[in-house]
Amino acid sequence: MQLVLEKRAERSTTIALISPLIAIGLTILTLCIVFTVLGKNPIAALAVYFIDPLTDGYSLQEIAVKATPLVMIAIGLSLCYLANAWNIGAEGQFLIGAVAGSWLAVKTQGTDAGHWVLPAMLVLGAVAGALYALIPAICKVRFGASEILTSLMLVYVADLLLDYLVRGPWRDPQGFNFPTTAEFDPVATVPTLIEGGRLHLGSIIALLVVAAGAVLLGRTIKGFEIRVVGAAPRAARFGGFNANQLVLLTFAISGALAGLAGIIEVAGPVGHLQPGVSPGYGFTAIIVAFLGRLNPIGILIAGLFLALTFIGGEQAQIAMKIPLDVTKVFQGILLFYVLACDSLILYRFRLISTSPKVQSGAH
Amino acid sequence: MLDTTSAAQHTGATPLLQTVGLTKRYGTFLANDKIDLEIRPQQIHALLGENGAGKSTLVKAIYGLIQPSEGEIRWQGRTIVLSGPSDARAHGIGMVFQHFSLFDNLTVAENVALGLDGKEAFRDISARLEQVSRTYGLPLDPKREVWQLSVGERQRIEIVRALMQTPQFLILDEPTAVLTPQEADQLFTVLDRLKAEGRAILYISHKLEEVKRLCDTATILRGGRKVETCNPKAETAASLARMMVGGEIKEVKAAASRQITVPRLLVNDLSLAPDDPHGVRLEHISFELRGGEILGIAGVAGNGQDELFAALSGERLAKDPGTIVIDGHAAGHLSITKRRRLGAAFIPEERLGHGTAPRMRLSENALLTGHAIGNMVLHGFVNTAATLKTVDLTTETFDVRKAKRDPEAASLSGGNLQKFIVGREILRDPVVLIVNQPTWGVDAGAAAVIRQALLDLAAGGAAVLVTSQDLDELAEITDRIAVMFHGRLSVPVPTREASRETLGLLMGGSSIEAAETAHATRA
Amino acid sequence: MGLIEAIILSVLAASTPLLLAATGELVTERSGVLNLGVEGMMIVGAACGFGGAWLSGSIIVGALCGMVAGILMSLIFALMALGLAVNQVATGLALTILGIGLSGLIGAGFVGERITPAPHLHIPGLSDIPLAGRILFGEDGFIYLSIALVVGVWWFLYRTRAGLILRACGDNHISAHALGYPVLRIRLYAVMFGGACAGLAGAYLPLAYTPFFIPGMTAGRGWIALALTVFASWRPARLVVGAYLFGAVTILQLHAQGAGIGIPSQFMSSLPYLATIIVLVLLSRARTGGSTAPAALGTVFVPDR
Repeated sequence: MQLVLEKRAERSTTIALISPLIAIGLTILTLCIVFTVLGKNPIAALAVYFIDPLTDGYSLQEIAVKATPLVMIAIGLSLCYLANAWNIGAEGQFLIGAVAGSWLAVKTQGTDAGHWVLPAMLVLGAVAGALYALIPAICKVRFGASEILTSLMLVYVADLLLDYLVRGPWRDPQGFNFPTTAEFDPVATVPTLIEGGRLHLGSIIALLVVAAGAVLLGRTIKGFEIRVVGAAPRAARFGGFNANQLVLLTFAISGALAGLAGIIEVAGPVGHLQPGVSPGYGFTAIIVAFLGRLNPIGILIAGLFLALTFIGGEQAQIAMKIPLDVTKVFQGILLFYVLACDSLILYRFRLISTSPKVQSGAH
Repeated sequence: MLDTTSAAQHTGATPLLQTVGLTKRYGTFLANDKIDLEIRPQQIHALLGENGAGKSTLVKAIYGLIQPSEGEIRWQGRTIVLSGPSDARAHGIGMVFQHFSLFDNLTVAENVALGLDGKEAFRDISARLEQVSRTYGLPLDPKREVWQLSVGERQRIEIVRALMQTPQFLILDEPTAVLTPQEADQLFTVLDRLKAEGRAILYISHKLEEVKRLCDTATILRGGRKVETCNPKAETAASLARMMVGGEIKEVKAAASRQITVPRLLVNDLSLAPDDPHGVRLEHISFELRGGEILGIAGVAGNGQDELFAALSGERLAKDPGTIVIDGHAAGHLSITKRRRLGAAFIPEERLGHGTAPRMRLSENALLTGHAIGNMVLHGFVNTAATLKTVDLTTETFDVRKAKRDPEAASLSGGNLQKFIVGREILRDPVVLIVNQPTWGVDAGAAAVIRQALLDLAAGGAAVLVTSQDLDELAEITDRIAVMFHGRLSVPVPTREASRETLGLLMGGSSIEAAETAHATRA
Repeated sequence: MGLIEAIILSVLAASTPLLLAATGELVTERSGVLNLGVEGMMIVGAACGFGGAWLSGSIIVGALCGMVAGILMSLIFALMALGLAVNQVATGLALTILGIGLSGLIGAGFVGERITPAPHLHIPGLSDIPLAGRILFGEDGFIYLSIALVVGVWWFLYRTRAGLILRACGDNHISAHALGYPVLRIRLYAVMFGGACAGLAGAYLPLAYTPFFIPGMTAGRGWIALALTVFASWRPARLVVGAYLFGAVTILQLHAQGAGIGIPSQFMSSLPYLATIIVLVLLSRARTGGSTAPAALGTVFVPDR
């Protein structure tokens, strides 16, 4: 007997809804095995990972803070992936957005610049992110170069540029030679929502982005164009939709959102520019986008869940000496299970006999 | 059951190949239901049936590509179990596929080597290839890559490859669908010769006249079951068709008189380089199409029909606006959306993936072409109610059968999806309709509905351009007919004056004058 | 040892992991599968390779560990992309994300340890010939292996029946299936070969290039290897040219940094990445006769039974 895939006549809507949950369940099961191998009590470890962060206000705020960039980037990436344009350089666009916005913060530092600084920084971040994302998009549209490779290469370039700036021209003179800019002025800082808390305006922006994404994809002809171009490129051309234009558009939007997320992160929770401002948000957002099934509401939930794993991972490191890399492994495994479960939306398993049956009675 | 003369001659001998109660189930769907088939040496046995009747499933099982769920296959009287095509080939079963199983970027010799089962040195294969192709009059250059070859040449590779296995039994799936009448005649010569050599052939075709001429026995499938085995020479094309369809086929009725009005589509010296390196260059194409008229374009696949469709629809733009004039407006530079707004509608050959997005709902597929005009889009927002209304209207008018109100395009059968696509375009009342292969691979019932719809549309005053490889179809519905060859279009002639012979020669690349002279001489 | 000799030696060393990984990926892609997880397989290969060598004290054991790790990673990919018909691009990305995490976990115990790097060949007399001697007869074993691998792959693809069948699967899996070839099994082998090569390429870094393991030490080499297969138009011979060209860029920027030209080191360090982009753009532009990529590359195949 052999297990084979068989195409379904129509996509299964039930499986589409429950597949992320199955994936999370399977991942947690796998995680238990990893904990056991590492010699930790899996139940206790799981509690630290997934329950503890939900029980105190500080951690809850921290989850929202971490989810903010993940959700914003993932919304943009989902547009790209739906259009079959593979932007995997969101990390680079995030960093460039952070750098571009920080430029204004550094230049206005100590001056009596007014409240226009922060909005201008956000605009700069978004524009820079969009422009940076347009490089691979143009290379693809104009020259046919693989956007996967070019967008990824630009991550390393952005990383090195940021490194150069904070070690060189933008370094805080009073920073004891640490590679960082000075703390941004209050007018260049994203305000918090709760006095003394961590939750900041960026989370509101992220929610607006989710709403805008949902309307764009669900209700507008542009959203339809994006979905058709990805699902059936030739039919899209027949419909009169320009695939190249949509590659440019989706890359620009996702770059802008990543850049915006970058400058919000730097001008918000971090407060200054330094290497390592991103713990891999741009890559984790890829997982968020798929776990959320490329659907804005799904992405919001998925973003919160992955933020939880970041916080849980940190706490598990402190409380149980579980290495931080476990979180990364967890995220990687999660993505595998999500993709595997998604396969069941289009296919079903069937058991077939490998040796052909001879009609009964004939042997 | 009718006892046929040819079968009677062999009653004493064991059949070469026999299927007994062969059944293939996909989930709950029965693709083949207890099929008994007998094929004897020196027999050309036709396998007839509509699309979806189960012909392909049956031959795939005989060639070892799929495993039957029940029943058995007997070879020279002994039950055999085929674990794969190489097993079938080892027994002496060969197959020529409808959609060729060739590798575009490999050479002819490499393609042939891949169809043989090992051991033979590559140099020997090349030598034998030349010998076999000479013996049967099927010339091939072993060093050429397949993408450079014409459809006819590609089929030659398939046939030579099958012959090099020296099969005793050869399956041919719709071999003449892509050939000119003259090329088909050459193929029949080869098949007669194989028969004379003592081999058996299972011949799938939907061209009934051809079957009557060539085959000794015919087995007819319908809905996965065998309905009849008969002698096709003793039947008429109409009686064979009735057995395939299981009833009378609705006759297509042309309107009593059609008003030929003003030119709706003008093409003036259209030339266009292909965007794909394997594509065909369009050269100096000119014609005029008036309201109330149906113009047919015949030709073997791959002679520029797809490129012409792309140029006329605006999927690809011409440099000079004046080369294409739609309803009085220069449109060569306009996008497909703008051409739709001028009143043009388009139906491509490929239903899934070109005419529709397979995994999207019918309402979304209505929006795919409907967004250009009408009320489906307001200020950039989609009016879902309007798209659903189009689905309902199309369903009702064109009798589209589906499981629910708004299913995915891919879940519809070929005929029903084609009716949906044709309906979607026709219900917008186009002044010009450009359609490629309107009834390719659809059942006879749907084909009749679609042809009738095209005739009615023309009767209503629209201009219709039909590209088809099916000469019978073009003869049935068109007023004038032109032939496409190597990116050039012949001057259209009235359909009733065009003989099959002349069209066939044009399809093979002769000039009009040469074709007419040749025909006259032969006549 | 002269400067030029030193530069050539280091170029060869820097090129070898690229060449190994790209050769494996070339075979994978020729069968019609796009495995974007090369970076992930390499980094796990590096961690396991170093671990194996450090624990056993043997470079060969280390190299084998790297290869096995690469194969295991590639099997995860195969299960997803071939077994479950999942989108290959997404699966490849997932493999890289997983690989980076796993390598950190595996390598955590070895960070800061050192081993004796792979020995270099020494043939008395021949290896002592000035300039050419060291370059031709004084390299580490991996370098010779990588060249042999490319030649072997060329011979396999163009001179054997199995190679012809593999190319056929990459050109048109429907035809290959119709002729009775087990497309998925052939692709599985090709993916595993790619995994072994990527694992070996990763292991080369801590075993021969630098004698220690640091997390993330592949630094995008897996991605550059992917770009190299495009650069080479999926032909083994051009792969050698491409790999050595990239190795040269890497080394020259290092030497330029060392020479203290007034350009910030970060700019020099970004050169290999920028070069990759430029090469991809120029190549795609120069290719007018259509794509030379395997026609079925990256497409999902589910056989009908």
